[in-house]
Amino acid sequence: MAEARLEAIARECRVQILRMLAHAGSGHPGGSLSVIDILTTLYFGRLRHDAKRPDWPERDRVVLSKGHAVPALYSVLARAGYFPEGQLITLRKLGSPLQGHPDRTALPGIEAATGSLGQGLSISLGLALGLKLSGSPARVYCILGDGETQEGQVWEAAMSAPKLGRPDHPLDNLVVILDYNKIQLDNFVTKILDLEPVITKWQSFGWPVMEIDGHDIGQIVKALDQAEATRGAPTFVVAHTVKGKGVSFMENDPEWHGKAPKPTEAIAGIREILGISEGAWEDYLKTDSATRAIVDELLALGKK
Amino acid sequence: MPAKASRAAFGEALLELGARDDRIVTLDADLSKSTMTVNFGKKFPGRAFNLGIAESNMVGVAAGLALTGRIPFACSFACFVVGRFETIRISVAYTNANVKLVGTHSGIAIGEDGYSQMGLEDIACIRSLPNIGIVQPADELETKQVIAHAVEHQGPLYLRLTRQNLEPVCPPDYRFQLGRWLVLRRGHDVTLIATGGPVFNCLEAAKLLESDGISAEVINAACIKPLDDETLVRSVGKTGRVVTVEDHSIAGGLGGAVAETLAEVLPMPVKRLGVQGFGESGDLKGLYAKHGLHPAGIAASVKKFLNR
Ligand SMILES: Cc1ncc(C[n+]2csc(CCOP(=O)(O)OP(=O)(O)O)c2C)c(N)n1
Ligand SMILES: [Mg+2]
Repeated sequence: MAEARLEAIARECRVQILRMLAHAGSGHPGGSLSVIDILTTLYFGRLRHDAKRPDWPERDRVVLSKGHAVPALYSVLARAGYFPEGQLITLRKLGSPLQGHPDRTALPGIEAATGSLGQGLSISLGLALGLKLSGSPARVYCILGDGETQEGQVWEAAMSAPKLGRPDHPLDNLVVILDYNKIQLDNFVTKILDLEPVITKWQSFGWPVMEIDGHDIGQIVKALDQAEATRGAPTFVVAHTVKGKGVSFMENDPEWHGKAPKPTEAIAGIREILGISEGAWEDYLKTDSATRAIVDELLALGKK
Repeated sequence: MPAKASRAAFGEALLELGARDDRIVTLDADLSKSTMTVNFGKKFPGRAFNLGIAESNMVGVAAGLALTGRIPFACSFACFVVGRFETIRISVAYTNANVKLVGTHSGIAIGEDGYSQMGLEDIACIRSLPNIGIVQPADELETKQVIAHAVEHQGPLYLRLTRQNLEPVCPPDYRFQLGRWLVLRRGHDVTLIATGGPVFNCLEAAKLLESDGISAEVINAACIKPLDDETLVRSVGKTGRVVTVEDHSIAGGLGGAVAETLAEVLPMPVKRLGVQGFGESGDLKGLYAKHGLHPAGIAASVKKFLNR
């Protein structure tokens, strides 16, 4: 039951991701779609947070270290009530708090400025340590891109985290999730700089490591449970994902790393995400006024 | 010539130069499609190295290659290359390794991606290092000459390139020389010194100013380090007023360099136009208007500066 609810929310968020990227005319669909099941599970199945009090000191923190996937984060923040969903289409426009990459000072709910890859894990270590030092029960979730882990700073943090704060304040309040979609910007990760063996690498740095399907909400929940039960060390979760997940023509294609869908492509993608056949689409839209409105808005955008 | 991004002209120049000189190698950090070295890699696969999203390593590897006689072009967005400042400082500048650092996607002109991808402090950082020159070409013709010069030049250089298309501004017979500026338009009321994309905007601003009876001299300062002191002093000695224009932080860039020099050799009021505060997401036009870097904004600032 709970899983079906989260899956439904993730579908809605995927629709919003395509919608906002089409309106922005630029941005990163592939890595947004690969991480959205993880973010949905965190925000609607796990986090202790309150959209009305984004600066509540005891809130759990999410650091989206792969900041270019911020459309996914905006879609869950809007769904959770941090700001109106209508604001999503101001993404990347002059004056919008929805910056092209996360800006902590522009939008309540963003915990750290990211977008320069490789920095989020160190900030997460600092957050986790600071929360421990002040006796807070809050937890920290850091999401890394697979290509991102080629950055040296990631490995400085990786080496540090299992030891930092010990023995009195071990960082067992920190969970790091690797969005292992096998693609970076220029090409497939194996063609640029292979990460394998990922699991033994992180293990050898002292991390308990779990391996899951990052699109299986049941598995994500279980991994988060297990991480929460782990004492004395932070947890590393390798989430196998598909870049562009949910939109057939974007899936597993490096071209869709950083290219916005045209309005017609966004509509085709939305139809696929909702699982409606082409023939049944017009009839379906008569039954779903919210999607109808998004589609009409995209059609109007296409005419501009 | 149609408008062309200086990163595109750079990619083309590398192809030509690479065919003649096999000392040339490229290094990238997962942005070869954006820095436009991708075709060099296709043509000379054994001389193109994509090191992954690991810019510090890229800079260090480039330094090592340079010490063995290669001419490495180490490329990424300006903010990410220069972001590895301490590696540049020791492995490139202090070592005096013949590395050509290439920073593309400079300035707020990249637009929608926002501040984290904008090279806005790169000139200020590199300017503080001995040994490294800084060059920012203003159009396709100049870019190709700058790249050819960089291959011949012994010593590290930082080349600052744009994502956006640049209108041609240099005359066909122009020859780039390190440390020399180009006077693009003669005038006697004020000197506009610009670098990169804003050079064209200054020429447009000069036309607007002309219709208001103000005669503006416009200089393309491709070479930010070393400055062309001679041309600077000759021009401002005549006009008595100088306005600098750049798509870079107002602190420490071309404007800073000009002000520092004039403060010592020919003190006078200097108006610096550039980016105030952090950049942000938006369209290029809107951002340039907000920061007063479009022709109307430049003209308005000049008039205010001249009390006209
Ligand atoms: C330090 C740094 N270098 C380069 C970039 C440009 N860049 C943006 S996304 C990206 C690829 C990221 O790949 P990955 O981490 O696998 O992300 P995902 O596949 O989840 O989109 C690159 C190189 C950057 N943002 N930061
Ligand atoms: Mg990836």
